[in-house]
Amino acid sequence: MNFKNLREYLAWLYYQYLLITGIYVLEPWEKSIFNSILFSVIAMVIYTSYVFVPIHVRLALEFFTRMFGGQPESTMTLMT
Amino acid sequence: MTESSVNKLLNGDSCRRTSNGLKTSKNGFVKNHCLLQQPHKYRRPRDKQPHGSCEALYKKPFVESFEETPLMVAVLTYMGYGILTIFGYLRDFLRQWNIEKRHIARERDEQKDFVPLYQDFENFYNRNLYIRIRDNWNRPVCSVPGPKMDLIERSTPNYNWTFEYTGRVLKDVLNLGSYNYLGFAENKGPCADAAIEATQAYGVGVGSTRCEMGNLDIHEELEQLVARFLGVESSMAFGMGFATNSMNIPALTGKGCLILSDELNHASLVLGARLSSSTIRVFKHNNMQSLEKLLRDAIVHGQPRTHRPWKKILIVVEGIYSMEGSIVRLPEIIALKKHYKAYLYLDEAHSIGALGPNGKGVVDYFGLDPKDVDIMMGTFTKSFGAAGGYIGGKKELIDYLRCHSHSAVYATSMSPPVAQQIITSMKIIMGEDGTTLGADRLRQLHENTTYFRRKLHDMGLIIYGNEDSPVIPMMLYMPAKIGAFGRQMLKKNIGIVGVGFPATPIIESRARFCVSAAHTREMLNTVNISDSWQSKYVRRLKYINETLTYYK
Repeated sequence: MNFKNLREYLAWLYYQYLLITGIYVLEPWEKSIFNSILFSVIAMVIYTSYVFVPIHVRLALEFFTRMFGGQPESTMTLMT
Repeated sequence: MTESSVNKLLNGDSCRRTSNGLKTSKNGFVKNHCLLQQPHKYRRPRDKQPHGSCEALYKKPFVESFEETPLMVAVLTYMGYGILTIFGYLRDFLRQWNIEKRHIARERDEQKDFVPLYQDFENFYNRNLYIRIRDNWNRPVCSVPGPKMDLIERSTPNYNWTFEYTGRVLKDVLNLGSYNYLGFAENKGPCADAAIEATQAYGVGVGSTRCEMGNLDIHEELEQLVARFLGVESSMAFGMGFATNSMNIPALTGKGCLILSDELNHASLVLGARLSSSTIRVFKHNNMQSLEKLLRDAIVHGQPRTHRPWKKILIVVEGIYSMEGSIVRLPEIIALKKHYKAYLYLDEAHSIGALGPNGKGVVDYFGLDPKDVDIMMGTFTKSFGAAGGYIGGKKELIDYLRCHSHSAVYATSMSPPVAQQIITSMKIIMGEDGTTLGADRLRQLHENTTYFRRKLHDMGLIIYGNEDSPVIPMMLYMPAKIGAFGRQMLKKNIGIVGVGFPATPIIESRARFCVSAAHTREMLNTVNISDSWQSKYVRRLKYINETLTYYK
């Protein structure tokens, strides 16, 4: 399978998507409904992750460093 | 698989035999009296080969493979069915509320308060999944269905609810769907000439049943020829293969008898078994341990409530199973049958003419004695290019069937040109017409089978079935792929048969190829299944090993 350009490759990917999800057998208006629902769900997931994931990651790192951050100095002083 | 590894049990012991053939365990006690010992440890699934004690029954290696569905593929297939079901509910809702035009069969308004007729899953599947891709089936063929055929092109204005002819005819479509194993579906040549002469001598219709005025001398000649071909004492021919099974099993068994039938038996065998009102028990497909267990339980416990002994026990199997491409394990079944004194009914619809060095079916393939099989049934549709069925066996049995079979008493007898076609083609296969045409065709079929299976396997597609069977199911799994594959192949001028639910389990949809002796290697080379199918599911390691050994 050699694709001459990107367009052909994207068309092949879209065809695989149609076959695997079973959308291939549906009529065009049903395909549009499914595609729009799927697209809006993916867009919402991306937007939510863009807004909230950095904040959550930062908070998680802070939590863990606070829990273990105090430890190393106190155990070292105890042992020496 | 080398012989030594098969003869060793998986826990490292090798099979030691006692003097009377029973197997012993380590401390010398005989384990149990089962004929076919089940291995104790977990075997690698799906590589079915005969083990230990029955290796000696098989003269050549019996290689079958039914590779397991990859997990990701099964999950995606269920997901695809789920999405299509949701859309099916949506369309049903729209049809119910008259928002869209209804093409389907529905109840009339007066029947609405009664039990609903079209609410079960079969009807739901039919109107929401099958009809969307049904342009792949019932394609009208307008020429001889030989190695190549002509199809009438159809178009549909409303997504397969109705069809119209465009007026064009697709010429020379490669025919990989017809059961034309030896290539006798032709309109020229010695068979066609002989059939023409028979039509001129006898006409086409017979106008009566075998028992009344429909017994022509051509039928007698046919039956003697069939008996000679199979190596049995006597045989009887019927006009329709389905009717042979469904009308003769009731004549053979009745109440108080037990029928042990394979899981994947054909609808005609199931119908015949049910019509006979015998008790039916089903054993797992081609699984001899399951069959032996059922036999032992039946003999020990007898009939269900009274515990009386069964009047007869009939084991019903097929030669080649057309949906799986698997060949029956006949040597083991005959050993079991003799040991437990049961009877064997062998339906060789697909295997007669197609298997065996002389084309005499699965008995010939394994090199067994035809007298061991009590009732040999087969059809003339597949390898002989005609229509009808036959039953062969002992003379007393066939004489009994001549009087007591529904098909003999009520059904019109076989049409003379059809009978003549069978006589001529059978003589060609046996070599009695003086040419080597029969032997050439048998050899060509075997070569085509091996070549095509090798070719598809090398492409990495999952192929079910035995290495020697001319029926080749190729796994597709996803519902949309059945429709898309059929259409794409038709665009490339290749006609195939796609099979889905309910003929197969719901996630195991497949495309079934039937190779023929009339196909040439160039024709088979045109079948090029490109990578766009993503159906190449064979596990990577196996695929790599195969390619390495191939190129060595």
